[in-house]
Amino acid sequence: MDAKEIIARRVAMELEDQDLVNLGIGLPTMVANYIEGKEIYLQSENGLIGLGPTPDEQNIDMDLTNAGGQAVTLKEGGMYFDSLLSFSIIRGGHVDKTILGSLQVDEQGNLANWIIPGKMVPGMGGAMDLVTGAKKVIIAMTHTNKGKPKILKECTLPLTAKGEVDLIVTEMGVIEVKEDGLHLIEYNAPHTVQDVINATEAYLHTNEAKENTLWNK
Amino acid sequence: MKTIEPVNQITKYVKDGMSVMVGGFMGCGTPEAFIDELLKANIKDLTIICNDAGYPNKGVGKLIVNGQVSHLIASHIGLNPEAGKRMGEGTMKVTLVPQGTLAEQIRAAGAGLGGILTPTGVGTIVEEGKKVINVDGKPYLLEKALHADIALIYATASDQYGNLIHEKTTRNFNPVMALAAKKVIALTRTIKPIDPNCITTPHVLVNHLMKEGN
Repeated sequence: MDAKEIIARRVAMELEDQDLVNLGIGLPTMVANYIEGKEIYLQSENGLIGLGPTPDEQNIDMDLTNAGGQAVTLKEGGMYFDSLLSFSIIRGGHVDKTILGSLQVDEQGNLANWIIPGKMVPGMGGAMDLVTGAKKVIIAMTHTNKGKPKILKECTLPLTAKGEVDLIVTEMGVIEVKEDGLHLIEYNAPHTVQDVINATEAYLHTNEAKENTLWNK
Repeated sequence: MKTIEPVNQITKYVKDGMSVMVGGFMGCGTPEAFIDELLKANIKDLTIICNDAGYPNKGVGKLIVNGQVSHLIASHIGLNPEAGKRMGEGTMKVTLVPQGTLAEQIRAAGAGLGGILTPTGVGTIVEEGKKVINVDGKPYLLEKALHADIALIYATASDQYGNLIHEKTTRNFNPVMALAAKKVIALTRTIKPIDPNCITTPHVLVNHLMKEGN
């Protein structure tokens, strides 16, 4: 199992039956592969709820795509709508969980994931609305960028939103964002609590940290 | 009833320097044949309002590559490297707008509102230069209505009156853009009777109707 699979599997455990969930592009999309025994309604912000599996080649319909422009399918019970209704659902607090990748997250629950000035300017797309409106914001990302901490005292990149992150899931563990800062609630053996602290710039409360064994499965 | 005009007539309506809304989301539900006519006629200095910058060979991305766009207002440009390049060089102005804000700004223009109050972007660079208004103790950004000279929209079907449906995920920004521009030109895939219960864009919003391959 690689780091991304660990993260996707752990995030999938956060989802509850009948949740309306929005999965960002990249790693968060993988979460869909690990949903077991629960009915989850996946939204694609370009205009559908009930996102199904990728179609095989002969069933590709380019009138039916996800927010990344790729051909997808619609599950039974699914429906289509326009951008206005899609973002009313998002901003209006009707999305239970939004799962996004991030470049940086900090002690105040701020996140930065849409721009590296002078380097990469993809735009925010729907991310700013999603993190502002969703009931719970879960960040799914690798703990560091090739050893460089991404969980910081304070984000240095332009923010996507202020104080909206609720949970951070990495290959090393799970961190909850609370009023008084970041709490490590799980660490993934063979990583130790000290390993997680060493890979994190932000201060971590660790008194509640429990070991889990995702790596061994 | 509407006259079905040939697609190449689009250049009678879209002129240099105009602001143009274009429906579609990463090319899905984009009136591609209109883009091709604008390319052929090399209509320049356009302000394009669209969800995204498309791809270099799809959607409004083709107009960007050909240097016909002076200002792009969009939520995402990441899948068209040419857009980022021109933004960096300063040869095209790019205004990045959160996607939900973009949709509501267009709706405001089409619904006779001066703007909207949204929590999206508070405390980020999106807030710069904008009024922050507190309502019951919560901060919101005042985002003004976004108008355009022309809206180019796509329908998977139209009836003879110009009532439109946009099936599956082709709907996206198409219905709301039909509200917000001075002139609305629709490209449809087919002409056929449509159940009045299913119409998503009423014909009174559509000024000109054209059919793909015509």
